[in-house]
Amino acid sequence: MSMNKWTKDQMAARVAQDIKDGAVVNLGIGMPTLVANHLPAGREVMMHSENGVIGMGPAPPEGEEDYDLINAGKQPVTLLPGGAFFHHADSFAMMRGGHLDVCVLGAFQVSAKGDLANWHTGAPGAIPAVGGAMDLAIGAKRTFVMMEHTTKTGEPKIVAQCSYPLTGVACVSRIYTDLGVLDITPEGVKVVEIVPGLSFEALQAVTAAPLIR
Amino acid sequence: MIDKIVPSAAAALADVPDGATVMIGGFGTAGLPNELTDALLAQGATGLTIVNNNAGNGDTGLAALIGAGRVRKIICSFPRQADSWHFDRAYRAGTLELELVPQGNLAERIRAAGAGIGGFFTPTGYGTELAKGKETRLIDGRGHVLESPIHADFALIKAERGDRWGNLVYRMTARNFGPVMAMAARVTVASVHELVQLGSLDPEAVVTPGLFVQRVVQVPRSSTAAGGFRSAA
Repeated sequence: MSMNKWTKDQMAARVAQDIKDGAVVNLGIGMPTLVANHLPAGREVMMHSENGVIGMGPAPPEGEEDYDLINAGKQPVTLLPGGAFFHHADSFAMMRGGHLDVCVLGAFQVSAKGDLANWHTGAPGAIPAVGGAMDLAIGAKRTFVMMEHTTKTGEPKIVAQCSYPLTGVACVSRIYTDLGVLDITPEGVKVVEIVPGLSFEALQAVTAAPLIR
Repeated sequence: MIDKIVPSAAAALADVPDGATVMIGGFGTAGLPNELTDALLAQGATGLTIVNNNAGNGDTGLAALIGAGRVRKIICSFPRQADSWHFDRAYRAGTLELELVPQGNLAERIRAAGAGIGGFFTPTGYGTELAKGKETRLIDGRGHVLESPIHADFALIKAERGDRWGNLVYRMTARNFGPVMAMAARVTVASVHELVQLGSLDPEAVVTPGLFVQRVVQVPRSSTAAGGFRSAA
């Protein structure tokens, strides 16, 4: 079955629409970093990275990398005017203390209650690594998840209960997938937007939790 | 007279005993005190417990310590990296114990040790595998986990400039764990690229006041390269 899907850049652009002027934002490693490329012109945000920088700018031109100035993914970045450095305990106080407006994270699974699984598959022999994922998930005022709607083999990633080890409990507020935008609400998973040409029923068919309109 | 400057990394680490808990600063390779970890390897102490955000990159520094079988246990948040093969091998062989800690809890547990805090409740990790067996409490309706301080015998950190009192300033994101680790260890050894006259660091901009630092070693400036992630969720 073929269906319309948003590309990763279209997903990133859709997330970027929801980031308000003046917001303090942390973008997770991987797909969420694309969001920075799609912020509408004139929107000023403060980008935070867990390794002790706020006011982070784009990647430097080739040849101007400075590996003392990197992001959480250990890629070289730049500092915007107004940016600042701080140590790790302060950086995570910014998260845990609720000072970030939005964080955008990737996910393996999100449950109907907003539980997030994104750090460990739990597979035997897999080496666990958590980094800042658990702190970020519960720290920001709003936690956005950006992920494909299903796995590569077509399994739903929005589920009644996560089967992967949890990163955080009831921490996700909104999910952006290649098929739509969904809110975690006390009543359940509410569809905010569907990719053009896809029906509610077709979206429900690839979602393992009841959707509400 | 107070003079914390020691002539070499070897001299700064001569008294690290077997079985010591050693904090090593750095995130990826930014702020990694390479010359100090090399000196620790040469010094020969073994059965070490290492506290670092990661678990070594490539074949140098912490990775070399692990490769040489000197590390009994590692306390870190993100061991798995594109080039963490020494850790991967030792962990899979069962010769290296891993205590995996969410990064913010790691930083705060280190800070707590330095600040004389006996423990703290944090929402990070509540309801997850990493909180198993730990005391929990509902605070203002939200689940919290009791976390304990992490103390160390030695901290090896990298700063940009320092003076003979041990006052330090850092460079950009190479600061990372340095300031909190300096507080949490009985003996903090800081490598600096520049030694400056007492009084020439701007007192308004000193990041780590000298009382947290016991030894200062000057090392030549060298380029760093960040280690990347193997995969990310």
